[in-house]
Amino acid sequence: MLSSEEVERIAYLARLSLSEAEKVRYAQQLSAILDYAAQLSRVEVGDDVPPTSSVLSVHSVMRLEDTILPGLTREAALRNAPLADESYFVVQAALGDDD
Amino acid sequence: MRALCSLTIAEARRLLRERAVSARELTFAYLERIQQLEPSLHAFISVATELAIEMADAADRRIARGEDTPLLGVPIAIKDVLVTRDLRTTAGSRILENYVPTWDATVVSKLRAMGAVFLGKLNCDEFAMGSSTENSAFGVTRNPWRLDRVPGGSSGGSAVAVAADLCCAALGTDTGGSIRQPAALCGVTGLKNSYGRISRYGLIAFASSLDTVGALTKDALDAAIMLQALEGRDPNDSTSVSAPPVDVHAVEHAPEKLQGLRVGVPKEYFTAGIQDEVEEAVRAAIAQLEALGARVQEVSLPRTELGLAAYYIIAPAEASANLARFDGVKYGLRVTGNDLIDTYCRTRGAGFGAEVKRRIMLGTYALSAGYYDAYYVRAQKVRTLIKQDFEQAFAQVDILAAPVSPTTAFPIGSKTEDPLQMYLADVFTLPASLAGVCAISIPCGFDRLGLPIGLQLIGPAFGEQRVLQVARTYQMHTDFHLRKPNLDLSSLAS
Repeated sequence: MLSSEEVERIAYLARLSLSEAEKVRYAQQLSAILDYAAQLSRVEVGDDVPPTSSVLSVHSVMRLEDTILPGLTREAALRNAPLADESYFVVQAALGDDD
Repeated sequence: MRALCSLTIAEARRLLRERAVSARELTFAYLERIQQLEPSLHAFISVATELAIEMADAADRRIARGEDTPLLGVPIAIKDVLVTRDLRTTAGSRILENYVPTWDATVVSKLRAMGAVFLGKLNCDEFAMGSSTENSAFGVTRNPWRLDRVPGGSSGGSAVAVAADLCCAALGTDTGGSIRQPAALCGVTGLKNSYGRISRYGLIAFASSLDTVGALTKDALDAAIMLQALEGRDPNDSTSVSAPPVDVHAVEHAPEKLQGLRVGVPKEYFTAGIQDEVEEAVRAAIAQLEALGARVQEVSLPRTELGLAAYYIIAPAEASANLARFDGVKYGLRVTGNDLIDTYCRTRGAGFGAEVKRRIMLGTYALSAGYYDAYYVRAQKVRTLIKQDFEQAFAQVDILAAPVSPTTAFPIGSKTEDPLQMYLADVFTLPASLAGVCAISIPCGFDRLGLPIGLQLIGPAFGEQRVLQVARTYQMHTDFHLRKPNLDLSSLAS
């Protein structure tokens, strides 16, 4: 069973604020799912079995040539921003006074 | 105008080409039916009435000029995880409630270029995470065969729109079964393409190594028409590949018999937990394939059940990374906190629903220091074994026949409290996704409540041609795909 400290640590890593009720619920539900997933560690997997991150055998794909195509206008790029000035996204300071 | 709305793509195109009906008439028939049935079914998040009429008129002008494409003037609806220029795209999430994309997904631009008509955006589980469409932030979609049942998910709106004749065909996406399972639960045809065959550019990413785009249609011929329209390598998706294009004519004129076809029946797909009526209907369908000349043999996919455990580590891990982009800065909801990190946390805490948060947490845990090897790498190794299971099976047989879902459509609300029970609904669709192979769901019967049952035909990677032809042959000899839910307006009053 995940402790509430572990749930809080994961939530912080994932940048999710959770209510107290959510923390309790996720501790139970994630534990149940992880218990189920534990069967992965019980199965015989030879050392020579590579992990599959993609079913395709293609790896690096490069553009044939670098062609300049029209991109987003500034107006379009800012259209969906929750807060924007004329030419930029507005956010809180990323660095505090002490940084 | 029931008759117009129940047309297949192939039938609608014939009438449009012969000028027996205009795209405008066809589109108005759908819009009228949507208006009548949406209050009961809720398949759509947004109905694009004005856009649809505009596109229909443009299609009629192209038809008048003598143009002909396989989708010219055909009304189609789009799952709301595919971005559409100037048409709100929510991914079923509060965090994108007001997001209006500035660009089109590649599949959407292909449909535009061919002159399809867009009826609107379809409901789905939030970010395509779910098996019942109950995880949408915009309400529950109801199964047209019984309104107290889920439509399946995550492409539940797409399956309902096709089943209830609210569109001619629908775009969906399938990461672990999200086209096949709702197609089965709503009695329509749904093709999950081989990974890489159709561009993912403009699909709001869930699990990038598993996500596929495809169509839900009224029959296998339409599935072939849609595949031909959507497939092909896309410079904007580095994981898309070029394969020999599907031969629609060969699907249309598929042989009446299945002489020489080797069909494998994976024994692990008929284990405890499967509803009796589902097993009976699927076995009867397999017997029919045999009666048509196929050679049927039992095969084994020994790691079938492990697919569930592997999937529910890998997909959440990828999702936790993909959904990091929703931070309240460039688009979507923002809930301002004490500082920037607090703003991220509050925005995401308020914007994401319960299942999305659960999967982000699960994925973050599986990728975190100390657990990465035990969960994530281990799951990827098991994925290799699952892929090998399919390779070994396809060394013996041409195609696999199996159930899509262990049960027919379950009651709304019956699994929402227990995520693991909900995940178990995907046990027969996840392995094909992990292996990247193709699979189609086609109707093969009904249970005693009248709920549809799906047959899953699985082919090797890029084996869509044969899968579609076998499905077409089966549909030549059966009428399950032609049956319609009873949606008389009087019966919907309750």
